[in-house]
Amino acid sequence: MTQPTLPEPDIAALPIKLSIQDLSFYYGKYRALNHISLDIPANHVTAFIGPSGCGKSTLLRTFNRMFELYPEQRAEGQILLDGEDLLASRQDVALIRARVGMVFQKPTPFPMSIFDNIAFGVTLFEQLSRIDMEERVEWALKKAALWDEVKDKLPQSGASLSGGQQQRLCIARCIAIRPEILLLDEPCSALDPISTGRIEELIAELKKDYTVIIVTHNMQQAARVSDHTAYMYLGDLVEFGDTEQMFFKPRRRETEDYITGRFG
Amino acid sequence: MRNEAARRARFLRRKWINRVALTLAFAAMLFGTFWLAWILWETLRLGFESLSPALITENTPPPNEPPGVGGLANAIWGSLVMVGLATFIGAPVGILSGIYLAEYASRGGLAMTIRFVNDLLLSAPSIIIGLFVYAVMVVHMRQFSGWAGAVALALIVIPVVVRTTENMLALIPAGLREAAYALGAPKWKVIIHVTLNAARAGVLTGVLLAVARICGETAPLLFTALNNQFWTTGLSGPTANLPVTILQFAMSPYESWQQLAWGGVFLITLIVLGLNILARILSRNTSS
Repeated sequence: MTQPTLPEPDIAALPIKLSIQDLSFYYGKYRALNHISLDIPANHVTAFIGPSGCGKSTLLRTFNRMFELYPEQRAEGQILLDGEDLLASRQDVALIRARVGMVFQKPTPFPMSIFDNIAFGVTLFEQLSRIDMEERVEWALKKAALWDEVKDKLPQSGASLSGGQQQRLCIARCIAIRPEILLLDEPCSALDPISTGRIEELIAELKKDYTVIIVTHNMQQAARVSDHTAYMYLGDLVEFGDTEQMFFKPRRRETEDYITGRFG
Repeated sequence: MRNEAARRARFLRRKWINRVALTLAFAAMLFGTFWLAWILWETLRLGFESLSPALITENTPPPNEPPGVGGLANAIWGSLVMVGLATFIGAPVGILSGIYLAEYASRGGLAMTIRFVNDLLLSAPSIIIGLFVYAVMVVHMRQFSGWAGAVALALIVIPVVVRTTENMLALIPAGLREAAYALGAPKWKVIIHVTLNAARAGVLTGVLLAVARICGETAPLLFTALNNQFWTTGLSGPTANLPVTILQFAMSPYESWQQLAWGGVFLITLIVLGLNILARILSRNTSS
């Protein structure tokens, strides 16, 4: 088993938003994550890369306790959000998910209007007047760079949008409840290059206000959008560091093999 | 080396087999459709002859009237009320049970048992349901009644709706549920606003098909609502209805009654046809 590498000093100096400490994860008896520890800095984009089955999505799904939907899955260790342990059972999972939003691989518009897609999440936590809600919806859609395309068809079904627009709708829906962290689980893998470009621009924009964590299969994407990159393999965190350094001068041989395509 | 002649022979053989299979399938389709079309044609033709305004405005006549006298108004009304009431009882119970099976108890032993029992109920001959309601309701109330008829019909609606609701909910991709949970929504909100909403057309289709099924059910009503020659306002006594009226009239020696029976058959066929077309339209809207 490889020991997690210590982050570069420049990461350590940044304010930490999410601190993962000795996290292990189990699907039934199978252990999918081995004692992961890493600190994710606030207002930066952190990318998780690695071959299929390495545990990067599994790791992401512990941050909002998504795995709890499935009784046979469990996590051990600590995930500190601003110092508070998310895995401690006294934390209400709904409130955690309001702080840690998630966008999935496939766009998942709800079977309702574009407006209601966004209002749905907001009404879970806030009671807004019609005008305030309209303002919030507009704000979220603008943040997600979708407003200009949908402002005239808010009552239409969310499913009527194109794939790329649907994915931005999902991002808007997530932002609308004002989370602190955005988890993006391969958000572009079902999209064409133009839509992917849009979403990548958006990610760069979003890190001003949010801590963004993205899982991606696409190494160029990780290189383009992220500030820091974690390389995972078979449930281990192999290397975590500055993205530029990771891609040009990885410290570990395994990382280099993966990044240069000799493996994976 | 490629053996062109052998490759070609093999290709021709496949092509020939394909043609034979296609012809057989087409013939089977024609055979099946022929009888269906004939049934439809004959009911519509014979029923059409008895169509007149009186069919829906006048009550069932006494025997031995000249043909053309009387209608089926009381039977239509009774059927409408009992089918409506049965749907009103059966659809919510069925939908809620389907939700329970699909969303709350999908893998447990209890769910397996409920599913098994539901499948039994689904395939139970309707005369058994009629006799059951006779034993538990009619005997104790000492009277045939529309209430008992509605309950018997509801018992037929429930398993159909349970089945379709569960199946439709199971079709909703897990990703959609996860996305709603990821916003921090509680389970009941996810189910009502997202899952059930996404499966709405399918669930409604199930209800419509159940309604179509009970429109023509005769056996459950034979022992419960029985029949009534007159217009009834309440459901506490024997209640006129289309299927039993058709049975009684078609078996009678009186020509006027026989003609009215065909009129009833025509009406039921039309209603079932309409409900099926409506269900078709609904389910097409879901898939797009």
